[in-house]
Amino acid sequence: MNCDKSFRRRWLSLFVENQTGVLARISGLLSGKAYNIHSLTVGETQDPTISRMTICLDADDKTYEQIKKQFNRSIEVIKVLDITDASIRSKEVMFIKIRDITDKDRAEIFQMATAFRFQIKDMDKSSVLIEAVRTEIKNDSILKVINERFKNIEVVRGGPVAIESISMQDR
Amino acid sequence: MARITGNEFLVKALREEGVEKIFAYPGACVVDIFDELYKTGSPQIILPRHEQGLIHAAEGYARSTGKPGVCLVTSGPGATNLITGIADANLDSVPLVCLTGQVATGLIGNDTFQEVDIVGITRNICKYTTMVRSRDDLNRLIKEAFHIATTGRPGPVLLDLPKDIMAELGSDVYPDKVNIRGYKPQVKVHDGQIGRTISMMYKAAKPLFLLGGGVKIAGAQADMKALLEQTGIPAVTTIMGRGSIPTDHELYFGNVGMHGNFAANNAVNGCDLLISIGTRFNDRITGKLGTFAPDAKIIHIDIDTASISKNVTVDVPVVGDAKAAIRKLLKEAGERGAVKCENWVKALAGFRDEKPLKQDTKDKLLPKQIIDAINSEFKEPIVTTDVGQNQMWTTQFFEIKGRGQLITSGGLGTMGYGLPAAIGAAIGNPGREVIAVCGDGGFQMNSQELATAAINRLPVIICILNNGYLGMVRQWQELFYEGEYAGTCLKRNAQCDSRGAGCAGCKGRSAECPEYVPDFMKLAEAYGAQGIRVEKADQIIDAFARAKAKKDGPTIIEFIIEDEELVYPMIRPGGAITDMITGPEDEDKRGGGISEL
Ligand SMILES: Cc1ncc(C[n+]2csc(CCOP(=O)(O)OP(=O)(O)O)c2C)c(N)n1
Ligand SMILES: [Mg+2]
Repeated sequence: MNCDKSFRRRWLSLFVENQTGVLARISGLLSGKAYNIHSLTVGETQDPTISRMTICLDADDKTYEQIKKQFNRSIEVIKVLDITDASIRSKEVMFIKIRDITDKDRAEIFQMATAFRFQIKDMDKSSVLIEAVRTEIKNDSILKVINERFKNIEVVRGGPVAIESISMQDR
Repeated sequence: MARITGNEFLVKALREEGVEKIFAYPGACVVDIFDELYKTGSPQIILPRHEQGLIHAAEGYARSTGKPGVCLVTSGPGATNLITGIADANLDSVPLVCLTGQVATGLIGNDTFQEVDIVGITRNICKYTTMVRSRDDLNRLIKEAFHIATTGRPGPVLLDLPKDIMAELGSDVYPDKVNIRGYKPQVKVHDGQIGRTISMMYKAAKPLFLLGGGVKIAGAQADMKALLEQTGIPAVTTIMGRGSIPTDHELYFGNVGMHGNFAANNAVNGCDLLISIGTRFNDRITGKLGTFAPDAKIIHIDIDTASISKNVTVDVPVVGDAKAAIRKLLKEAGERGAVKCENWVKALAGFRDEKPLKQDTKDKLLPKQIIDAINSEFKEPIVTTDVGQNQMWTTQFFEIKGRGQLITSGGLGTMGYGLPAAIGAAIGNPGREVIAVCGDGGFQMNSQELATAAINRLPVIICILNNGYLGMVRQWQELFYEGEYAGTCLKRNAQCDSRGAGCAGCKGRSAECPEYVPDFMKLAEAYGAQGIRVEKADQIIDAFARAKAKKDGPTIIEFIIEDEELVYPMIRPGGAITDMITGPEDEDKRGGGISEL
């Protein structure tokens, strides 16, 4: 258990070489030093030789500083952007398939869709497929509600991606 | 531009890098590279007897010459045998370029004969590791490998070379520039931080330099000595930093850490400003973290940002090359003269006189006598050590003067390091005196390298401090585990078990114990080396004289030392400096096991 007062959620944007092995290097560095990550997403940028990672983790100040330095030191890492305290836009894709539903259930799910702002992307007689593109925390609560209400569900989550908002200077 | 194979190009590139020796062991996946080496005749192949010996030799070569050590091994077992050395070089910042053969790209992933994912295995223990995936990348990657290994905080770089790619034709042009966007080591030192350092230095009443291996790697010894003399500030070192100023300097107070001396550790404990250069504040240095340098502001100069405030929180971080920083400090200090700290220096001298490093001379053969004789009989030797008590005694007593050098496995503490590292040092420094100080345990981990020393006619002097024990672990058992010598007696044999109680039934050394396992004199003879056994103190000088006279091959001097001698002082692992066990008189500090928290 970490009792350090500075222990909290952190967000990092990593610009890395888009090469085989780089993801393994980054995740290996985190696990090898026993740092616990919450999520890691990765995708190519406008420059196909560069990928951008969004890493979300919980750490105290000291550990977090060390993590950033370790990343900076990695040859494959081009830039480390700490967006923890920046104003950011963040979203996560989550799909939930709900099976064995009745007509009444279906009506309820449609109501939920309006209330919780997710979409129904596919359905048949006894199932629906939900797509939620929300913040991770919102997705957590959507999942909680659905998980409590329905028995037979299947979930896949993409992990959050984040980008800084357009700053006042840029506007 | 001619088009040549990857194998041809590699050898060409090595020559362009000025590589004279390559530590290499062949196999199916590198036989074509060996063929190129055969045709060109340079770099010269140094063939060891085991790849672990190979890589430690490359480390010894690199650390004693400042040039990168180049290793070439085959895929699979050849590559995995390098792993300990790679980890060792990574922790001790040794520049190595490791070239590993790999099966052809079409076969990767098939569990092909001698296929291992060496890049995956070494990812966390290398400065950089990658596979060459296309012939077009080869030229650039070789250039980058040498650049990364030797700049910034040096370290090992591994290039995995698939056989088919190395056979392909491609450019013969070796790039003259590198541009790696994720790698721009900071060499230049920030003036503002130097200014802060200077003003703190001149305000301090009890300032202290703590010097690590980084000072030696930067080649800043002369500037450091000048800075010491200019400011009058005393210095201590880590074992990796020993030799960064001459050990007989009046402002030098010895090594800090677990087996550091009384004065040095008390200096850290009492200082009000600690200016540390090129050290990572490893736990063997700091002991219990909260108690390290409790009254001091800490300035940390290091080329590696990740080493700063990793273990110890630092007040002033200074990122950059140690030599550049020391020179700037020297320039600033030149205008101001000495720092007023004479009383502090006097107090430290008092500590030194109160409890000097010593070993009681009875009529036993003691390690200090051996290291003292190295000091008196050799002018500027390169001394390598193995790991354990032998290492600690050497780092405590070896006096480093002039070009003299100490090469020891500090970060990983790799047994089996001493002999091959000495071989590498001898290869890189023809004509210099090279001595390996080993334990009887660790020596046997790479004793096959006697063949390499013999065949290459290297006059390496191997001092085996034979105590019949894995002495350092036995020391822990004696001090903290009530003398329960589980698995540390090297004379333990089948008869011991017949007594029924395992090691617990042991009544100590007796006539029943095997005398020599092995007989190191016979081992020396088997390799065509000179063998000398020393059992009494008055034989030491003569043994070294005979060893020095042998110019065309190695000498083993086996010293039958007092078998239960301990390394003093010792700070209990995880303990504070105030817990120091200074000698047998501190009986109340024994026992209780170890909890490193
Ligand atoms: C490869 C390796 N295995 C185990 C250890 C743990 N270890 C540290 S010192 C030591 C004892 C070394 O015994 P010896 O070589 O005889 O040297 P001595 O301490 O007796 O001088 C051991 C086993 C190590 N450092 N390295
Ligand atoms: Mg021993």
